[in-house]
Order: sequence, then C-alpha cells, then structure tokens
Amino acid sequence: MMLEVRNLRVSYPQRDGRVIEAVRGVSFSLGRERLGIVGESGSGKSQTGRAIMGLSAAGACIEAEALSFDGQDLLQMNEVARRRLRGSRLAMILQDPKYSLNPVARIGAQIVETLRTHRRVSTQEARQRMLASLREVGIEDAERVARLYPHEVSGGMGQRVMIAMMTICEPELLIADEPTSALDVTVQLQVLAVLDRLVRERGMGLVFVSHDLRLVASFCDRILIMYAGRVVETLDSGRLHEARHPYTRGLLDCLPRLDAPRHPLPTLQREEAWRHA
Amino acid sequence: MTPASRHQAAIARVKKGWQAFARNRLALTGLMLIALLAATALLAPWLATFDPTQGDLQTTRLLAPSGTHWLGTDDQGRDILSRLIWGSRITLLIVVLVAVLAAPLGLLVGTAAGFFGGWVDALLMRLTDIFLAFPRLILALALAAALGPGIENAVLAIALTAWPPYARLARAETLALRQADYIAAVKLAGASSSRILLRHIMPLALPSLIVRVTLDMAGIILTAAGLGFLGLGAQPPSPEWGAMIAGGRAFVLDQWWVAAGPGAAIFVVSLAFNLLGDGLRDVLDPKGSE
Amino acid sequence: MLEVKGLRVRFGDFTAVHALDLTVGEGQSLGLVGESGSGKSTVLRAICGLLKPAAGAVRIGGDAALPLSRRVQMVFQDPYGSLHPRQTIDRMLGEPLAIHGIGDADRRVREMLDAVALGQAFRYRYPHELSGGQRQRVAIARALMLQPQLLLLDEPTSALDASVQAEVLNLLDSLRRERGLSYLMVSHDLAVVTHLCERVMVMRQGREVETVSASQLAAAQVGQDYTRALMVAAEGFRREA
Repeated sequence: MMLEVRNLRVSYPQRDGRVIEAVRGVSFSLGRERLGIVGESGSGKSQTGRAIMGLSAAGACIEAEALSFDGQDLLQMNEVARRRLRGSRLAMILQDPKYSLNPVARIGAQIVETLRTHRRVSTQEARQRMLASLREVGIEDAERVARLYPHEVSGGMGQRVMIAMMTICEPELLIADEPTSALDVTVQLQVLAVLDRLVRERGMGLVFVSHDLRLVASFCDRILIMYAGRVVETLDSGRLHEARHPYTRGLLDCLPRLDAPRHPLPTLQREEAWRHA
Repeated sequence: MTPASRHQAAIARVKKGWQAFARNRLALTGLMLIALLAATALLAPWLATFDPTQGDLQTTRLLAPSGTHWLGTDDQGRDILSRLIWGSRITLLIVVLVAVLAAPLGLLVGTAAGFFGGWVDALLMRLTDIFLAFPRLILALALAAALGPGIENAVLAIALTAWPPYARLARAETLALRQADYIAAVKLAGASSSRILLRHIMPLALPSLIVRVTLDMAGIILTAAGLGFLGLGAQPPSPEWGAMIAGGRAFVLDQWWVAAGPGAAIFVVSLAFNLLGDGLRDVLDPKGSE
Repeated sequence: MLEVKGLRVRFGDFTAVHALDLTVGEGQSLGLVGESGSGKSTVLRAICGLLKPAAGAVRIGGDAALPLSRRVQMVFQDPYGSLHPRQTIDRMLGEPLAIHGIGDADRRVREMLDAVALGQAFRYRYPHELSGGQRQRVAIARALMLQPQLLLLDEPTSALDASVQAEVLNLLDSLRRERGLSYLMVSHDLAVVTHLCERVMVMRQGREVETVSASQLAAAQVGQDYTRALMVAAEGFRREA
C-alpha cells in the first residue's frame, strides 16, 4: 500500500479553550489507484489532504494511529525529510492557479525551480525537461508560455501549468484538491483529460478531493464520502446508485437535473446521528 | 446568546473586541499607561506638590533627586516631577487636538477621493501631495514666523502635516471597498453618494485609520517635543516636556536629571501609544477574523 | 417586464457585450448561460444601472412613477462579499426602507425574515456569524425589501454547497410563484438555470448564440453546436477505458 491512513485526527485548539475538530478519525489506504474524497464545505476533506502533505495551517494538531507513505511514518518525520518528499514523491494540486502560482515569477522559472529543488540537473537539461513537461500537459507552444507570467494565462492553462509543475519530478502520489472547481465547464473536461492521461501513463496514485460527487464518480475508482470530519460511506464509483447512507443519497438527489425536473428539489435533512456515524 | 436588539448586538461586538484586545498583555500595558497619563493630567492640581512655574533660585536650584524632590529640581529651582505632572496636560492636549483635527480631515478627503475618482480624486490627491511635501518642523517654523510662537500654532502645524498620510490610507481602503458587492447593493437600493460614503464606506475605513493615528501619536509627541526644544512650541515658563529637555541641555553632564526626567516621560508615553496601536491593529484589522 | 434592445457594453477598447436583445415577460423568467467571458454578468449590471452601456435601450416595466430601485433589484453571486461586514442583518434589511422613507420598518423586516425562512434569531447578527446559505437568504431578503417586480440573479447558488443550493433554489422558486416576480438569472450551470427558468439564452463572447425553452433543452433539441458542447460538458467526464 502506498499510503496508509488510520484514524487521522486534525484539530485546531482555539485561544479560548475550545477545540475545532476538522477531521475526526479518517482511515483509508491507497495503492496505485484513484480515490475520491467527496464532501461539502466543513466536511474536512481538504484538511485530510493537507494533513497528508504536511501543509496544514499553523496551529493544527495532527494525530493518527498510522499515517505513512511507502512505509515511512509521516508523523515522526522531521521537516527536512518531509520537504524532500514533497514535490518529488508526494505532490499536491490546488484549486485556483491565480492563488497557487507565484505571480511575480515566470512560468518556466517556477517549474525549473521545482525541478532543481529535488533533482541535480544542469540548467540546460532543466530547461529541456521543463519544456517537455509543458508539452505533456497539452501546451503545444511551450517556449512562449514558459516566458509568460501566471496572470497572462487563462484559468485552464494555469491549472495545466500547475499540473506540469507538480508532476515534473514524477511523484508517486498526487493529491488534487478541487483542481477544476474554479474552471469553466468545457475547460474542466480538458484539464481532467490531461490529469487522466498523466495518472494512467505514469501509474500514479491519485487522491481527488471535491464537492462534486458525480465528477468524482466519473473520474475515480473508489469514493469516500465525508461529513463533519468523518467518513460516512465508502463506495466503488461504479456502484454510486447503491449508496446506502442517507447523506450520500441526499447529495445525489438534491442536484437539479436537466432531464428530470423536480419541483421542489429534495433537500437534505441533516441528522445529528450522522456526526457519529 | 442571541442579541435581541441593535444595542445588544453592538454591545456584544464591543465586548468580544475588548476580550481579544485584553489578551495581549503588551497592548493592555500601553492602554494602562495612557490611562495613567490621562489621570495625571486630570488630577494635576492635586498630584503636583510644588509650583511648576515658580521656584526658589536661592535654595532649591539644581538639586539632585531626593526624598522631597523625587526627580530633582531644574535650573530655575522648580520641582521637576511637578512640572512633568502639569506638562502631561500639554502633551495630552497636543495629542488630542492633532487627532481631532487631522484624522477626520484625512478620512473625509481620502474617502471622497477614492470613491468619486476622476477629477475629484486628482484634485484632492494633489492637494494632499502639497501638504505631504512639507517637513513638519519646517512648516512649524514657517507658521511660527508668520503667527508667532506658541502651543496653538505648534498644534496647527503638526496637524497640517499629519493629515496627508491618513488621506492616502483612507483612499487606498476606499478604492478596495468601492468594488464590493455590498456597496453595489446599497447603490441599487437608491442610496446617494454621500450616504454611501458616510454610512457604508467610512465605517470600514475607520479601523485602519485609528490604528495608524495611534501609532502616529508617538511621532506627534516627539515632534511637539522637538518644536518645544526649538522654542517654537509652548513658551516658558510652560512645563512642556520638550522645552524642559531643551532647558536641561546645558546641564546634561553634571545635573543629568533635568533632561532625563522629561526625556523618560516622553519615551514612556510614546512607547505606550505604540503598544496600544499594535494591539488595536490586531483586534481591528478586518482581514483578521471576519 | 424587461425589454433590452441593442445593448452594447464596452470596457475601454474591449467590447464585453455586442448588440444584445432580450425580453422577459411578466411573471416569466429567462436564464443567461455561458462561460466566463461571455458577458452574462455584465448584461445584468448594465440592465440595473451599475454599468453604463455604450449603446442600446433598456426598458423596465412596472409603475413608471416608481424609481428604478423599486422596480428592479439584484442578488449577487458571492454570499461572502455581498453583505456589509460591519452591519447587522436588521440594519441591512432596513437600509433600503430608510432610503425611500418607507415606514413600518420593524414589521417589514420581520415579515421578510420569515419569508426567506430565516428565523428572527438572525435579525441582530453580523454576516460573519452566518453560513453561506444563510447569507444568500439575507441577500434575497434585501433584494425583495423594496418589492421589485423584476429580480436579477447573478449566479446566486454557484458559491454554495449542493445541499444548500437545493434549498435556495426551492426558496427562489416559491418566492417567484407567490409574488409573481420575473427573473433574469445568470448561471454557468445548465441544470440550475432550467430548474428556475422557462427560457434559456446561451451567450458566448458577448453575443447571443441561441435562445431555447427549458423543455427543448431537456430534450436536447438545440440548434447550435456550442449549446450542444455545453450540454455534453455538463454531463461530466468520460473516462477512457
């Protein structure tokens, strides 16, 4: 198993003594497959991904019975070792390239920086690899785009740049946190196609975090549904219609459908019991 | 607890803000010191044991700090501590007057410039630039030459050079706020520009302005002291702290306490304002919690 | 209720909207669908007067004696940016009434909070104490305070979770039926738009591509390829085997 997570808890102690529990006991294991984590805001899905990467916000208290990548205990690791993993074996793609790319550095320079942080390559070779990575994500005009600044490219292209930057060191595990939520619908499909091809060709493990249940179901092999910091249901993506937990069913039902109008839309009746599923 | 009226909501909000502020020990210290300054100024007639303007040249000249004169006496035989106590009134007056004159002016000019844009912005900002170009002391000198020396003119001079940065700050805040949807919503409801400026934009630009003014206070006190030092502020025998330092300059090697007393007072009050301003910024910064 | 002819909106050299025509009848609703850059939000802002059009005529129905603000109002997209951070809900709802000198504010605010299914407990709270869905309800309440007949909706649910979106859509639906409102709604989501609107206009780069009825869209009876592409994209990703 590439990634092993057992009883992960992420909490934020507040100054007045309260503790905000973002993740309350999440467990799963991941091989070379695609796992989707679906939940609404406040479900803890993003916090799970960040805890694995070691990128939780300051003040986070992370505990787990097991949190290991390729047999290495992530919790016991010091920051130096964690940084060596990040970017080269474990990578993360964030939601909005507007905020996740450095606005004052050219695209090519940012990708090269990522590469040279983890690999010893000459300037020449770094440049060649950078251009190759841009072409891999479907940017034909790599030389031109490499000279641009992030604000000069569209959202879809920015996200592709982000993917190129995060996969240039050929990581084994990729965590994608709402990678297409900030994009237009048609662009979403293009970016997902790029991600799909890369994951398939390189045999990467993928954790796809999103609020969009249907999208995740169409992209991943397995899905975890999270609610209030816990996993309430685990499904194979082909078996979405067999979902049993009322929250999952509620999520599926409450979306308006083009071909089946329902007035009024069924709404979720949240049960207190779900918090302790 | 659900607030049941506007009052309750406002009070709850102030209470939360106070609790956040009070958690910062340094800021609380700053506040205490300033409260002490205010109390001293208020109770000066009862706290000062000696006459601040009249001293006995024969017996009490340049005495070192002792049991009777806690901070010693100056070259005119006056008790330094009593002078400091009375001088706190002047310091407080300067600080309050400058804040009351400069801050509202800066807020008004800045928000108007930021909101209306166009030629209004250009006009107001060039006006701001003109005043910004004057160094405080030079302007004070000019005013003193024109109107005569004195504490009122010193305050005026300081206020006239203090408002431009506030205008710039208010303008910057307004430019960002202007685009917000809630401003668009109230425009759609039919609000006039003045209503939007006064009731919706200014309250949002106010917090950072308050922080800025508080942090500026230290500089204002020092400038007033500098003016006093140059003889342009309060005139003798007024116990203004800066003038006291100037008076003690000649004796600083042998009778160090004459300058040290007022120097320490200025230092403590400036530090207090800095600490208070930092604490306020942590609490009032809207990007922080809300 | 709304008639727009030849609307053109320019930002400097860039033309965001080219010669657009549209109509919304009384009690009817029209959806504007398109991707980013299609100009759909710009159209809304030009109609209610937040933006000055370079050309074109906008006619809004209703009592001509009433000012524009009492005939058309807007619900904005971002629930986190459309409420004044330092004003209570009570103040925000009372502001439009105060501006127009409408009395009986207390009763009106109370009734409106009930109408959007937000309890009275929220009346004196500040926006940061409310969730996204609750804030959007406040935004809707605020828009309805002056009792306009035409409501402009700029992606009102795209920033909300799916379950909350369903509640807000239901609310908008029932409000329209109860008060006989007309809606002009912008969205990038075809399913959301067809839920609330009988007719849908597809926009692209500032121009109309086509206008179809919701039932035509549901039956995939569309004329233009672009519309078809949008519908296909809306169905989601198809994995290569």
